[in-house]
Amino acid sequence: METATEQRTLFTKEEIGVTTPEDSKPQHRPEKTLPADRAQDKPAPTVGKPFVDNPRMACRHVNVFYGDKHAIRDVSLDIGRNQVIAMIGPSGCGKSTFIRCLNRMNDTIEGCRVTGEILLDGQNIYARQVDVVPLRAQVGMVFQKPNPFPKSIYDNVAYGPKIHGLARNRAELDEIVETSLQRAGLWDEVKDRLSHAGTSLSGGQQQRLCIARTIAVGPEVILMDEPCSALDPIATGKIEELIDELRRQYSIAIVTHSMQQAARVSQRTAYFHLGDLIEVGRTEQIFTTPRHKLTQDYITGRFG
Amino acid sequence: MMLLTLLLLMTLAAYYLGLRRAVTVAGGPTSVRVLHSRPAYYGMWTAIWCGLPALIIFAAWQMLEGRMLTHLVVAQLPPEMQSLSAARLSLIVNDIRNIIYGNIPVGQVSPAVQAAAELYLRLQAISRIALAAAVLASALAGLGAAYGRIHIRLRARNQVERLVLWLLGACSTIAIFTTIGIVLSVLYEALRFFKSVPLTDFLFGLQWSPQMAIRSDQVGSSGAFGAVPVLAGTLLVSGIAMLVAVPIGLLAAIYMSEYAGKRLRSVVKPLMEILAGIPTVVYGFFAALTVAPLIRSSGHAIGLDVSSESALAAGLVMGIMIIPFVSSLSDDMINAVPQSLRDGAYGLGATHSETIRQVVLPAALPGIVGGVLLAVSRAIGETMIVVMAAGLTANLTLNPLKTVTTVTVQIVTLLVGDQEFDSPKTLAAFALGLLLFVITLGLNIIALKVVRKYREQYE
Repeated sequence: METATEQRTLFTKEEIGVTTPEDSKPQHRPEKTLPADRAQDKPAPTVGKPFVDNPRMACRHVNVFYGDKHAIRDVSLDIGRNQVIAMIGPSGCGKSTFIRCLNRMNDTIEGCRVTGEILLDGQNIYARQVDVVPLRAQVGMVFQKPNPFPKSIYDNVAYGPKIHGLARNRAELDEIVETSLQRAGLWDEVKDRLSHAGTSLSGGQQQRLCIARTIAVGPEVILMDEPCSALDPIATGKIEELIDELRRQYSIAIVTHSMQQAARVSQRTAYFHLGDLIEVGRTEQIFTTPRHKLTQDYITGRFG
Repeated sequence: MMLLTLLLLMTLAAYYLGLRRAVTVAGGPTSVRVLHSRPAYYGMWTAIWCGLPALIIFAAWQMLEGRMLTHLVVAQLPPEMQSLSAARLSLIVNDIRNIIYGNIPVGQVSPAVQAAAELYLRLQAISRIALAAAVLASALAGLGAAYGRIHIRLRARNQVERLVLWLLGACSTIAIFTTIGIVLSVLYEALRFFKSVPLTDFLFGLQWSPQMAIRSDQVGSSGAFGAVPVLAGTLLVSGIAMLVAVPIGLLAAIYMSEYAGKRLRSVVKPLMEILAGIPTVVYGFFAALTVAPLIRSSGHAIGLDVSSESALAAGLVMGIMIIPFVSSLSDDMINAVPQSLRDGAYGLGATHSETIRQVVLPAALPGIVGGVLLAVSRAIGETMIVVMAAGLTANLTLNPLKTVTTVTVQIVTLLVGDQEFDSPKTLAAFALGLLLFVITLGLNIIALKVVRKYREQYE
């Protein structure tokens, strides 16, 4: 388990997010209408320390709407450098929606509207002149279900570098593929069958292939949306080791339903509840001495 | 007719009797749960025993009656008539039938035939009564036996459902047997054709001119039955059609599934599918009266020699006809590509068009190929448009501006009008049909295999 000694950033200020809780689904096309009584709820303030010094990404007053539905309400949160932040919370709390904002994956969803500021290295990624294509190369994403392309293992990893022109020749491309697979801890298992279909691998291997594919583009931030929910405990263990390894080089935001996993891999934890960011803090503190009652109820298993 | 109605009523009665009996055996409506099956199954079981054997007797009787009666009547004919040749004898039998049905006046035939006809009618009356007796007896016996055997342990449901299963199975094989029947009938005639024209001449001959003398006193060529020019015409027209349909259909499908908004899609897609509902004859008008003259006049304007009926005109219109096939199937296949693959590509920073070209299309490709192959077999089998717009002359050419003919057109022209069914000219139609069948069957099998392979990929 990561401890506070690993923490390189300091929490400097605390801001209270004024939020209106709402029922939201992190999944793609939420249809549910919110209960009328919820819309008028008193705002729930964010407890703890949502900001860090010198953040990689800084989100300020982020709101997400799916049509009329208010899925994320005024969330402000920093993603620190070289650390893992875990997003936890019950289903439909908006944690997946939130990390999908960080590389504008929500753009592909019809009727989705995002307001507020999300800065990547000081640059607002929702500014008009920003193109999503290079942004997504900088902020990579690993999905809940392993989704290798129906191509060979080699081509799966080479795909990103190819479209972004990262390799000048075949040798460089080979190099990138090998390094990425090595970093994803998959090289030894697949080096003899790079031309086999990516879909022929086991679930855990496929997920590591997807991570290798993401790393190959050379991102700064890696977003992981429940990367282990479709995997068995052994594959999960490997992915978790990998996440810990990757932290040295990348900033990572991970959504997880497993509180043990959040405790094992992350340095900071953010607890979402019905579209609100309820509490943020060091992982150790969140799991030992949560300050907010909702957080405490959740991590002690009283609901969710 | 009366008999069948009676049988139906008896069957209905048997149902209710069986039902009542089952309830009684169980000890009243409140205790039907002691029965092995629901009461209705006992009703059906009784009805089946009552109706089915009787129906089988009825059908068999109907099939055999005519032959049996004819046989009996012929046996009664005077010996000099019986000793006639088979062909003459069948003429006499025909006469007898004609008298029975009142087609020829009674006075015109010999007394022996007259007598035979009367005998036939008498026998027929006896047969009818015997049939009615047999059917009713069987129905009553079945009803009685079934009624008596109803008790609470009788596994009526299992037996009824086994029969239903047989019925379902029989229905599902009707299509198969029809196909086999069609193949056999075409095959039989085609084999007769290959007796007079060798198979190799048919498959590899470069000349097609089936006009030959069908009577010895006619002046005519001896006929040439090389299928290559006809087949080449088919491939040329279908090829042009696919050149039109595949790009347009595929690009339309990409637009519909990847770019078009929900509202546009809900309007445009049904409109495109209307194309599939236009009768091909109407496409034929369009090809012959609008497209062909247009092609000819624009060809002349740039100094090309264009026939008034050209492969190009037929192919273009046929291509338009099969656009909905290609676009609809491709659209389904593209939509079947999981959103997660698109997300994966977007997550790597791929643009929309890169995602479509490099991830979505390769993933959907097997399915698209399957759809295209189905469209090809549709194009090859298409008749009406080519009859009206492609012409009748069998030219072995690759020039789309020339008149060509196709397999289907030749079949139509060979079989239209009065034909003699043992001349090679007529039989050639069956050989062509067989050839066409083999080609489209092969394409369909390939298409189904390809589509099935695709289905396995994401499961």
